[in-house]
Amino acid sequence: MAKKGIGDHGQGIGRREVLECMVWAGTGVLWTVSGGVPHSVGLIGDALAAEPAGFTFLQMSDSHIGFDKAANPDALGTLREAVAKVKAMPVKPAFIIHTGDITHLSKPAEFDNADKVFGETGVQIHYVPGEHDIIDEERGKAYLERYGKGSKGAGWYSYDDHGIHFIGLVNVVDLKGGGLGNLGAEQLAWLEADLKDKSASTPIVVFAHIPLQVIYKEWGWGTDDGTQALALLKRFGSVTVLNGHIHQLAQKVEGNMTFHTALSTAFPQPAPGSAPSPGPMLVPADKLRTLLGLSTVTVAQGNKPLAIIDKTLAG
Amino acid sequence: MQIPISQLRFAAARLALDRALVVALLLGPVIGALLAFGAVAAQDATDVITIDNFTFSPKELTVAVGTTIKWVNRDDIPHTVVEKQTTFRSRLLDTDDAYSYTFTSAGAFDYFCGLHPHMVGQIIAK
Repeated sequence: MAKKGIGDHGQGIGRREVLECMVWAGTGVLWTVSGGVPHSVGLIGDALAAEPAGFTFLQMSDSHIGFDKAANPDALGTLREAVAKVKAMPVKPAFIIHTGDITHLSKPAEFDNADKVFGETGVQIHYVPGEHDIIDEERGKAYLERYGKGSKGAGWYSYDDHGIHFIGLVNVVDLKGGGLGNLGAEQLAWLEADLKDKSASTPIVVFAHIPLQVIYKEWGWGTDDGTQALALLKRFGSVTVLNGHIHQLAQKVEGNMTFHTALSTAFPQPAPGSAPSPGPMLVPADKLRTLLGLSTVTVAQGNKPLAIIDKTLAG
Repeated sequence: MQIPISQLRFAAARLALDRALVVALLLGPVIGALLAFGAVAAQDATDVITIDNFTFSPKELTVAVGTTIKWVNRDDIPHTVVEKQTTFRSRLLDTDDAYSYTFTSAGAFDYFCGLHPHMVGQIIAK
């Protein structure tokens, strides 16, 4: 069933040549990783038709609980809709990765409301903070008290599941004027140590709020020292990088690395440079749910494909 | 009937007083307006920087030492105002929230938004 696409060895043009030409694409593409080489196997429509098999986890992002402005006066309501989709899945996901901005203003009631709705999934959630989650008076204490158990520093950690090494990074703390997202020397040293004993054949999934690669510098969509983290991951055969922050889909493949940003469940943001600012994008009410959603990642055991399927709330 | 000069003088004085009173009454609002204008002018001198579309406006501003600057967030996304050396740091500014800081010493102050650090501005106090 799989359509051959970018990264496929069987096509006339070499994978590298294709990759060199690639820019960030804002469409929903189903990615698979086979033998450490990611390639697309079709567009969202095809992906939705595919039966999820094996090990599945979800990526959810940018819930912004507490946001009540025109772009979506009911961010809690749309999160409920997203959670309803999770509950309706025929195969229960193993866990959910949340790539930050759980709340809009880091208020206790916002965290409470988010926890209540996410709790309905009955699925474990691995969080990393967005910049909106650490703007309490004590700058991140509220987040760490709730979600920081077992984490280091500002909330970074790693864990293993189904043979995959998952790494949650924090790039929203101690930001420098004029700069982008920031991991910092302490976290990079931790990452180096964390990866030291891992074999190059271990599939890696890295997740953080702000994209690790620079998508659009003018709007701060990237991480200043992200390249240092990616350099540490270069020797691995399969690396999947999951981010949020930009409230839209963007995908890119570079060598053995696949980059993917998820939709928000709260409000869309404009495509890079298409508006005066990256602020919430006002769209007609009947269009809003086509721009919000969540991603399903399916991993078959062995060297079988890992697929990312983006699903909107309208679908 | 002869009116003593002293009384005439008194009447003239009273007339002058009345006239002064009328002039004062007439000028009152004008003076008041002038005073109010002075107050507005003074407020302008304290300067407002707006945050609109993830941009500090004006981005660069030179003020006299002692000037108070007020930042107002007009975005529907929260921002903060953080000086590079943390000489000043606002609390979280949600939509329409404001933060003021008085520049009591001379110098160049580079600041940014702690959430969106690509947003930068500079105040020169002298």
